[in-house]
Amino acid sequence: MMPIRLIAIMRKELLQLRRDRISLGMIVGLPVMQLMLFGYAINMDVRNLGAAVADQANTHMSRQFIADLAQTQVLSITRSVATPEQLEEMLRTGQISVGVHIPADFDRRVVDRTRTVAHLLIDGADPTIVSVAGQLASMPVRFDSGSYNRPSARTMEIRPFYNPERRTAVNVVPGLIGVILTLTMLMFTAVAIVREREHGNLELLINTPVSTTQLMVGKVIPYIVIGLIQLALIVGIGRILFDVPVRGSLFGLYAGAAVFIAANLSLGLFLSTVARTQFQAMQLTFFLLLPSILLSGFVFPFDGMPKAAQILGEILPITHFIRITRGIMLRGASIFELGNEVLMLLLFTLVALTAAVMRFSRRLD
Amino acid sequence: MNENVEFAIRARGLTKAFGSLVAVNHLDLDVPRAKIYGFLGPNGSGKTTAIRMLCGLLKPTEGSAEVLGLQVEEAANDLKPRIGYMTQKFSLYGDLTVVENLRFIADIYAWPRKHQKSRIDELVAEYGFTKRRDQLAGTLSGGQKQRLALACAVLHKPELLLLDEPTSAVDPRNRRDFWAKLFELAENGTTILVSTHYMDEAERCHRLAILDNGNKVADGEPAQLQSSIGMTVLEVNADNPGNAQKALSKHPDIVSVTQLGIRLRILVADDHEDPQQLVRSCLKEHGLQAEVHIIAPSLEDVFVASTRASSGSDQ
Repeated sequence: MMPIRLIAIMRKELLQLRRDRISLGMIVGLPVMQLMLFGYAINMDVRNLGAAVADQANTHMSRQFIADLAQTQVLSITRSVATPEQLEEMLRTGQISVGVHIPADFDRRVVDRTRTVAHLLIDGADPTIVSVAGQLASMPVRFDSGSYNRPSARTMEIRPFYNPERRTAVNVVPGLIGVILTLTMLMFTAVAIVREREHGNLELLINTPVSTTQLMVGKVIPYIVIGLIQLALIVGIGRILFDVPVRGSLFGLYAGAAVFIAANLSLGLFLSTVARTQFQAMQLTFFLLLPSILLSGFVFPFDGMPKAAQILGEILPITHFIRITRGIMLRGASIFELGNEVLMLLLFTLVALTAAVMRFSRRLD
Repeated sequence: MNENVEFAIRARGLTKAFGSLVAVNHLDLDVPRAKIYGFLGPNGSGKTTAIRMLCGLLKPTEGSAEVLGLQVEEAANDLKPRIGYMTQKFSLYGDLTVVENLRFIADIYAWPRKHQKSRIDELVAEYGFTKRRDQLAGTLSGGQKQRLALACAVLHKPELLLLDEPTSAVDPRNRRDFWAKLFELAENGTTILVSTHYMDEAERCHRLAILDNGNKVADGEPAQLQSSIGMTVLEVNADNPGNAQKALSKHPDIVSVTQLGIRLRILVADDHEDPQQLVRSCLKEHGLQAEVHIIAPSLEDVFVASTRASSGSDQ
């Protein structure tokens, strides 16, 4: 008796699963995606960190030194500027992760052997970059055939900006805002419409004069307010408990967050037009959450990721939002200096919302 | 403009196919204004699909429908404010109270704010929710839920009400109250299209169509359908109704035999010379004793007679 019933339950379960295309897709999709993310996209050897150099010595030796730095492939030196102040500016607006400042007396410093020869200006908010800079800083200076042996381990002096004490909370909190908002906003909206469909409310609603846009926007706006409250909570607690600063304007942070929330809600609405059940809506949310954590620069420095992973990351709204939060909270950048990121979020919102409205059928067939 | 349109709904050749399954097959429909028009049919006969096509929720595979003088496919959005629709499943918000639901619907139909409160109070009183104004809709009984759904469907005073099996989860007394409301609405000029699988409800309609497997097999006033059934209805009081049923149902001229307690209800085609004699001799052949009378056909007989005719080829 028992095995027959047991088998009956198992068969029923498999039959149901076979008809739930999204769940079925997840069974294959989730492990494949995880494997790709961890095995291929994410690589822990940091390479090609965006860098600029201010070579105030401009001697044969300094140029050789810069060439050696570039040779390591850890830095991708794309621009050359005149002053260390310009490096700071680029660091603040997020154009580079590392700035190399070679002082005018570079050659004398090399001969001196007791002084560091150059400065590494780094974004201290990212612990991976800090540790990579540590390795770079002890790179020897070569002079023609031989290299100078130095008594101290350090060739270069590291000047971490924005988080000189290297506290983890300072690094984590701005990114965490993005992760928490992504999770709750996606889930709220994705489930909200699907629930109405499951309960039959939608059949009634689409038979009333309410328009699709009214329905969608009306669903989204209350959650924008909820998202902004969540933001206040995280920023407030981060401030009180972990002393995480907001160096830029709070208004800018809120403006950026409002756009980011709108982007997530639009995406959530789109998911709700794909998912048929609340369970499927949850699955899709988690499916998107994983790359949001791994590819956004939250865990690994964005610059250090391979090109393919960066392209995927650029598509995710959270990538742009983390740049905004880190920029405003830690580096004191203004929202206007981060205008490109805001623009990307707006574009994303527009595309997702249009897709959602188009996919949402006012009919049942 | 509306007064000169005689019919609230006119459909011609309305067809809906889901893949190879034809849910509604070339349905012609004329629903007169300010009348209660019934869709009678078993589950899966195409009632819901037909109603959904009439309110624009489904696109017909073939044919067209004109509702309140407008083509449904072209003017679905203009029609929405003029139609009230009640789904088969309770589709209001269980986690909102009675008044909150009404308020929501009033806002959705953009019922003017200053008249909103009076309209809601009116409906609350009329539909018997005075004591339950602030009760969550999800905790109402089946009958109360349907009443609330009807109140919401008529809030914006629609010209046409489409009700999809509104009483399927309601006990008989609540059903009677519900129908009293429908008559009131029809008297005040609302056209009502209601689907049901209850015979007693179908009998109350001014006019009705019987649907079977997506086909309309009968259409007319209930009394007219009963008188033009094309069958003779006989009642048999047999000592052993089970055996009598077995004996009679084998006879080729007997269309149907239904057991009702100790009695049998028998349909014989009208063109038979003497149906009473036919039944008597058939029973005698099997050595069965029974009384046989001719009786007036009921709507159920109409239903059986007309659905037999259409599904005969299937079986």
